[in-house]
Amino acid sequence: MSTTLKRVHGYLAEFDSVKDLYHAAEHVRDAGYQRWDVHSPFPIHGMDHAMGVKRSKLPWFVFFGGMTGTCVAFVLQTLTQTTFWSDIGLGVLQTLAETYPTVVQAKPTHIWTLPAFFPVMFELTILFSAFTTLFGLLGLIGLPRLNHPLFVSKRFAKFSDDGFFVCIEARDAKFSQEGTRSFLEKIGGKNVELVEDDI
Amino acid sequence: MSQAAATDHPTAAPHAGAPRILDREPLVLNNRSYSWITNRICGIVENKQPALWWVLFVPSVLLTGLTVFCFAYLISTGVGVWGQKQPVAWAWDITNFVFWIGIGHAGTLISAILFLTRQKWRTSVNRAAEAMTLFAVMCAGLFPAFHVGRVWMVWFLAPIPNANAIWQNFKSPLLWDVFAVSTYFTVSVIFWYIGLIPDLATLRDRCKPGLKKVLYGMFALGWRGANRHWSHYETAYMLLAALSTPLVLSVHSVVSFDFATSVVPGWHTTIFPPYFVAGAIFGGFAMVLTLMIPVSKIYGLGDLITPKHIDNMAKIILLTGTIVGYAYCMEFFMAYYSANKLELQTFQLRGLYGPSTWAYYFMFSFNVFAPQLFWYRPFRHNLWVVMFVCMCVNAGMWFERYVIIATTLERHLVPGSWRVYEATWVDKYTFLGTFGFFMMLFLLFLRFLPVIAIGEVKGVLPQSNPHHEDHGKEGVQEEDLMGYPDRHVPREAVA
Repeated sequence: MSTTLKRVHGYLAEFDSVKDLYHAAEHVRDAGYQRWDVHSPFPIHGMDHAMGVKRSKLPWFVFFGGMTGTCVAFVLQTLTQTTFWSDIGLGVLQTLAETYPTVVQAKPTHIWTLPAFFPVMFELTILFSAFTTLFGLLGLIGLPRLNHPLFVSKRFAKFSDDGFFVCIEARDAKFSQEGTRSFLEKIGGKNVELVEDDI
Repeated sequence: MSQAAATDHPTAAPHAGAPRILDREPLVLNNRSYSWITNRICGIVENKQPALWWVLFVPSVLLTGLTVFCFAYLISTGVGVWGQKQPVAWAWDITNFVFWIGIGHAGTLISAILFLTRQKWRTSVNRAAEAMTLFAVMCAGLFPAFHVGRVWMVWFLAPIPNANAIWQNFKSPLLWDVFAVSTYFTVSVIFWYIGLIPDLATLRDRCKPGLKKVLYGMFALGWRGANRHWSHYETAYMLLAALSTPLVLSVHSVVSFDFATSVVPGWHTTIFPPYFVAGAIFGGFAMVLTLMIPVSKIYGLGDLITPKHIDNMAKIILLTGTIVGYAYCMEFFMAYYSANKLELQTFQLRGLYGPSTWAYYFMFSFNVFAPQLFWYRPFRHNLWVVMFVCMCVNAGMWFERYVIIATTLERHLVPGSWRVYEATWVDKYTFLGTFGFFMMLFLLFLRFLPVIAIGEVKGVLPQSNPHHEDHGKEGVQEEDLMGYPDRHVPREAVA
């Protein structure tokens, strides 16, 4: 007999098909649960609506990430190639960065040489946006993490093959040991399992 | 809504003359299940590789060694071991660079542009095509890096302060190229990796505990398929597709600026950016088919990479090949129409009586005539014909870059400096070796990562639509939603 303390993570129920999972999600949403999720091998079209999940905020992060890239490219190029910063009275920046205009190709050193800087501004916009997408995504979904209580369940490994699951967490205000179990069974959940985690 | 439509128009036959809607061709043949797809694709990674894998892998490694040797010889001896002499300062190396970077474009086209245009058939080929993109860009990057002459100084390309207080010339298309190609590679890696995360989780969940499980687990980042994650994930994927689309168009445009912004006759033309982009997609699709047809046959993926996929890609090759052909002709016309003697002379030397017209004829027949076979449907469905055309295109696109780069420089503005370019053995073996490098990376990819995006293919199966059984018809949801439930005719009934 083990004396290890266990913490209840929640109930995990399995469903047979995408369709069953979709309707189950609608039931769970309507029952008013907050801390729950569905797990599937691929994204299911319309599931956000069935679960009542709001649109991702990621595009906002990416927009500002991209703008940062544009500005970085603008500053980098004007500072190292033109007299723009001196012209607007911020020559101190150029002094600090120890840069001076590069005079080549008979191109002027004032701001109107700007079109030659567009390609790099474009590329850095994309580059910064892409990094913001990656790290914004990881931040929003809280990954990477080394382990998760759900991985304790043997059955759960099927989620990446052909398993469809609903998990209602014990942290949810409406969670109850008996009520939630019978609720999941009522909406068609199979193999309802109490997932426990070592503390 | 469509149910309502069905009751409004009960099973009556469609009105006479009303167009009939054909069933969509399934994207996965033989009604395969989710677990069949998982087993088949993961099986490639988990089972022993066929003997052919080793037969290809060993020579690939040896060829990679050849490139390493040639570069070592170049560094230890000097840049004179390459065939470049004035006025031909850009030759095989830049040709190879443009060739390889162009190959990569098909991968991004499939992963980004076809995603935004909702072409679901892309799911079976996008993973391998994106991998091909990365490997091709790696091969491409080698050439300009060594072309700078002193490769140990290549860090001068990076915009970092150095002791000389000299910054890069940001007004130069060559520096734009540095930014374009490095951004392209980085963004392609991010796109590819984000797509891989769910599939790495699949491999992790199938492994026995051990080093493999730890490694796949680490790279899968603890993915657990939660819909609250999928929701952000799909947004991220769409954002990256939307970012990659202008990026891929910009990369080859910037590559073409290397030439188009110069004052060399034959290079200084505004048609270059679209012409280069079309050519890149053209050559890239040929390479995708060159790789995917054997992979599909060797690993038994015929149900996932169907004749429909090959047919679609053949059509893209036909389209882009014809665009490229149009560009070849338009270049000639503009040279004549510009009334610029030097421009006209360049093209006459290229195509009519110069020292390297043979390269022009190879280019034209491989790139413009060979793909015209694809007008005929049975040719698009005969894998030998498809492979033959793809091989022609692979070679033809290399010749295109050679024609543009080397044969133009051979006939300089000053006739006194004219000379015929000849490649040395170092040029040839360095290039040959990069094919080995490319193949080696691709074979390792087959060995360790899922060659087809498992999760994405599952997502396009008919049973993955939560409403798919609501009308008792499989695989035709879109048309059903349009309210024509009774007008479906099986494809066989019409044929």
